[in-house]
Formats: sequence, structure tokens, C-alpha cells
Amino acid sequence: MLSQALQFFFSGLTSGAIYALAAIGFTIIYNSSGVINFAQGEFIMVGGVVAVMLTDAGVPLPLAIAIAVAVAGIVGLLLEKLAIEPAGNAEVVTLIIITIGASIFIQGVVQVVFGKGQRALPPFTGDKPILFGSASLLPQSLWMIGTGALIVLMLAWFFGRTRLGKAVLATAHNRLAAQLVGINTRHVLAVSFVLSALVGGVAGVVSAPITLTSYDTGIMVGLKGFVAATLGGLGSGAGAVVGGLILGLMEALVAGYVSSAYKDAVPFVLIILILFFMPRGLFGERVTERV
Amino acid sequence: MLITAAVIALLPLALPNNYYYDVAIRIGMNAAMVVGLNLLIGYAGQISLGHAGFVGLGGYASAILTSRYGWPPVAAMLLAMACVGAIAFLVARPILRLRGHYLAMATLGLGIIIYMVLVNESSLTGGNDGMQVPPFTLFGATLANERAWYWATGAVLLVAIWVANNIVDSPLGRALRALHGSEVAAQVAGVDTTRYKVRVFVVSAVFASVVGSMMAHYVGFITPQVSGFFHSIELVTMVVVGGMASTYGAVVGAAILTMLPQVLSRFEGYEMIAFGAILMLTMIFLPRGLLPTIAARWRRS
Repeated sequence: MLSQALQFFFSGLTSGAIYALAAIGFTIIYNSSGVINFAQGEFIMVGGVVAVMLTDAGVPLPLAIAIAVAVAGIVGLLLEKLAIEPAGNAEVVTLIIITIGASIFIQGVVQVVFGKGQRALPPFTGDKPILFGSASLLPQSLWMIGTGALIVLMLAWFFGRTRLGKAVLATAHNRLAAQLVGINTRHVLAVSFVLSALVGGVAGVVSAPITLTSYDTGIMVGLKGFVAATLGGLGSGAGAVVGGLILGLMEALVAGYVSSAYKDAVPFVLIILILFFMPRGLFGERVTERV
Repeated sequence: MLITAAVIALLPLALPNNYYYDVAIRIGMNAAMVVGLNLLIGYAGQISLGHAGFVGLGGYASAILTSRYGWPPVAAMLLAMACVGAIAFLVARPILRLRGHYLAMATLGLGIIIYMVLVNESSLTGGNDGMQVPPFTLFGATLANERAWYWATGAVLLVAIWVANNIVDSPLGRALRALHGSEVAAQVAGVDTTRYKVRVFVVSAVFASVVGSMMAHYVGFITPQVSGFFHSIELVTMVVVGGMASTYGAVVGAAILTMLPQVLSRFEGYEMIAFGAILMLTMIFLPRGLLPTIAARWRRS
């Protein structure tokens, strides 16, 4: 009984870590630009797919991982420079469609280069499960959870301690005021897209051994990341992490105790219920709109 | 209106074979649906990323009632309309309280939940494999070939445009435009914004349901994909590419996005790349949509 609950807790934490990373990606871009980037899931997919392709070609795993994350970062930079920046101050719907267009475009490219099949990355440190009573945990899950925690710490350091991080935060707060104190806000926009893509790339690489990867794996992870970010309250970094973990755990519990067929519906039912009662998510600020 | 009727009446002269009829029928059906969705997105300024859910509900209600319970197609279609309208009415109030990205999230979630129910309740829906739908019959006559469907679709499209134009010119239409401009200002001026938003949401959902039913009968087969996220996005794209808050823009958008995959199918394997690129380029260079941009240029010269 207890070990079963522990098992669900482990699997919830594992997928929760990925949702949290996806949600952080949404949050970084949303804060600096007000854009909900529907191509966020593609960063994750690109990270996984490139790592698989390189290891299949004989590149050693650590190098393959580094290149895969870098490629995701470049995709983020290109997205910002070629699609978001030229659009200027377009309406929300327009920006949503641009990022969806980008998402389809990236999927199309990967489909041509990588093919349509599903492939897995070899686990980083073997696949012998670690036993806790009768509950087991894959070493790769530990990698996922640990990497997730490490990234959260690094981002906290980046935004709290570095000049560039503070510039991003200042721009998120008030773009005009940030420009007035001499921050290059256009530069900040590019930084935030690259950062968010790097986080996505890492998430894609560490999860690829467990979740498998193909050109279309990004959509669902991306949408769930959006749910997690909204759950925590759009724009809140801590909210994104908590939202992601709640989603992962709820999913695992429902899959274990209720119905595994409806596992994927859990995030969406949850978010609709929460938005009915808390229209700005769990930790969203109560803002008074100026009219 | 007259021009549209004339185009529909004269188009068959330019359609050489059944393949072109098929494309025209699909354009007409999508256009009728997008004209409804445009009332919500274009006029009222409320985004819906889950509208395909209503298409799926309408289509599956028709499919299940006719094939499993032997209902006549028209009765099934009417019941589907009523049910989808009722569901839309129930969810509209809490959902439309939300704004911006939260509204996008909630409607997206709604669409995906409907999709998953259609996939998972396979004893009723046939699951991922989909199900067969009997042909459409009316007073004993069957809509058997492309020509018959063409005229039926043309009639439905005209009705859809007529209804939409009437709504736009009615007090409801003025209220919608007012709340698009500024919801608070509309409220201050005494417009019950929630009631109007709910009403237009229900209207657009019913439009989607009707077309869902028609498409199911026309194709003779339905799969859960019809309610999928990608289809919802396609519908929104039709509205935005054609031009927001323009009924004829919606028709143009539906025509372009229905024909695009047919044209792109020549670039085998590269369709997704081309489709994504076209989507991005249109939105970057014509953010207001095709028809309004052309109209503005026309007026300037």
C-alpha cells in the first residue's frame, strides 16, 4: 500500500520535473515579452532528438548532450530574431499563431531530418532500478529530478545575482523604465528566448531515455508546461516549479488510482477547475488593470 | 451577400471534375464554421483555442445517433445543435470571465478534454480508429454525390453569412464591438458584457456543431482528430489570415487554408515546413489579415 503510493510519488516527481522545466521556459519568455511561446515544447523535442541522432552517429554521450542543448539554444535565438522581433507589437492572437507556425515549422524540419519514428537515448548511468522497499526508481529519474532542481537553483542565481539576470527582470517589470535606465531591452528579449530554449533543451535531453523522442513529442509536453505555468500564475517562477510538480503528481495519482486512459486529461481538467475559482492561477498577482 | 450567392451559383461552371467539387465543398463547410468563429474572435475579441471540440461533439452526436440508434440525420443534427449549445452555455460563463492567455488556456483545455473523451470512450465512438457515418437523407432523398452536397453546402454557407451579418448589425453586434474596444468602457456604458459574450460563444459553438454534423455525413467517416488541438488552431488561423472582424475575410481565410494543404501535398514530406513558414510569414507581414490589408491599400490609392 505504502510502497505503491511511494511508486506513484516517484513517477509523479519524475514527470513533474519535466513539466516544471517546460513551465519555467514559458515563464521566462512571458515575463520578458508577454508572449506565450507555443513552440516551447519544440525546444524540448529538439534537445532530445539531436542528442539521439548524435549518439547514434557515434558521438560520445556527454558531447552529444552539450551539442543538443546548444542546438536548442540556437533554435530559440533564431525564433526570436526571425519570427518574434519582426512581428513587433502584434496582437496576442497574432503572436500565438506565429509561435504555433514556428512550432509546426520546427516539427516539419525534424521530421525530414530525423524521420517519423520514435527513438530513445541510452540512460546516462545504466538502467538498474534502485529499490526502496518494493518501490523502484530508475537512475534516469534521479537524473531528471536532480537536473531540474539544479536548473532552478542556477536560474535563481542568474536572476538574483547577475547583472544580465537583473536586466531581464527589470525589463519584465517595466520595459520603458528599463530602457530609461539604459538596459538594451531588445538584447534582453533575445537572452530570454535563448535561456528558455536552453532550459528546454536540457529537459529534452534528460527525459529522452525514459519518454522516448520523435518529431511530435514536443506538443503535449509544451501544452502541459503551459498548464503548469498557468496553474502557478503566469509570470511567477516559483509558481511554475510548484505548478509543474503538482501536475506531475496529480497525473501519477490519477493514472495509478483512477484511470490511466485519462491520465493526459488530468492537467486540463485541473487547470479549468482552478481557473474557474482563481482566474489568475494559484500564485498569480492580483493586478488592477488600468483602463 | 448577393455577390457570394452569385459566386456560389456560378462556381460549378469552373469546376471541371469531382475533385474540385470536393475542395469547394470543404471550403464552404469550413467557411460557414469560421464565419461563426469570427463573431467570437474577430468581433468580440475573445480567443478560443478549443473550438474544434464543438465540431467533434456535433459530428460524433450525429454519427452515434444515426448509426447506433437509427435516428434520421436531420433530427440527429438538430439534437446535436441543441446539446452543443447547452454545453457551450454551461461552460461559457466561467470561461469567458477569463482574459487573454488565461482564456486561451481554458478554451484549449476544454478542446483537449473533449478530444480525449472521444478517444477514450471507444465503445461509443470507436476510439482512435473512428467510426462510419451513414449518408445524409432528407425526406427520403439522399445527398449522394458531390453536386448535391455542393448545393447543400452553398445554402448552409449563405444562411451562416446571413445570420452573421444580422448579428453584426444588431444591438448584440454593437455590444460585441464595444466590448472588444474596451470591456470596462462597455460595462460603464451599461452593456451586460458577460451576457453578450456568452451568447456569441453559444452561437459560434452551434455553427461549429452544424458543420461538424455535415462533415461527418459528407465524408462518411469521423475520427477524434476532428476535435484535436491542431484543428482548433487551423480554425483560428482561418479567422486571422482572412481578416479579423470581417465576415467575408473569414470566408477568404477558410478558402486559403483549405486549399493550402492540397497545393502543398505536391511537396511530399515538406508540407509541415511549408505550412509553418506560410503561417509565420502571413502573420508577420499581414498581421491584420488579408482582406483588411488589401482594403486599406485600396482606399489609400
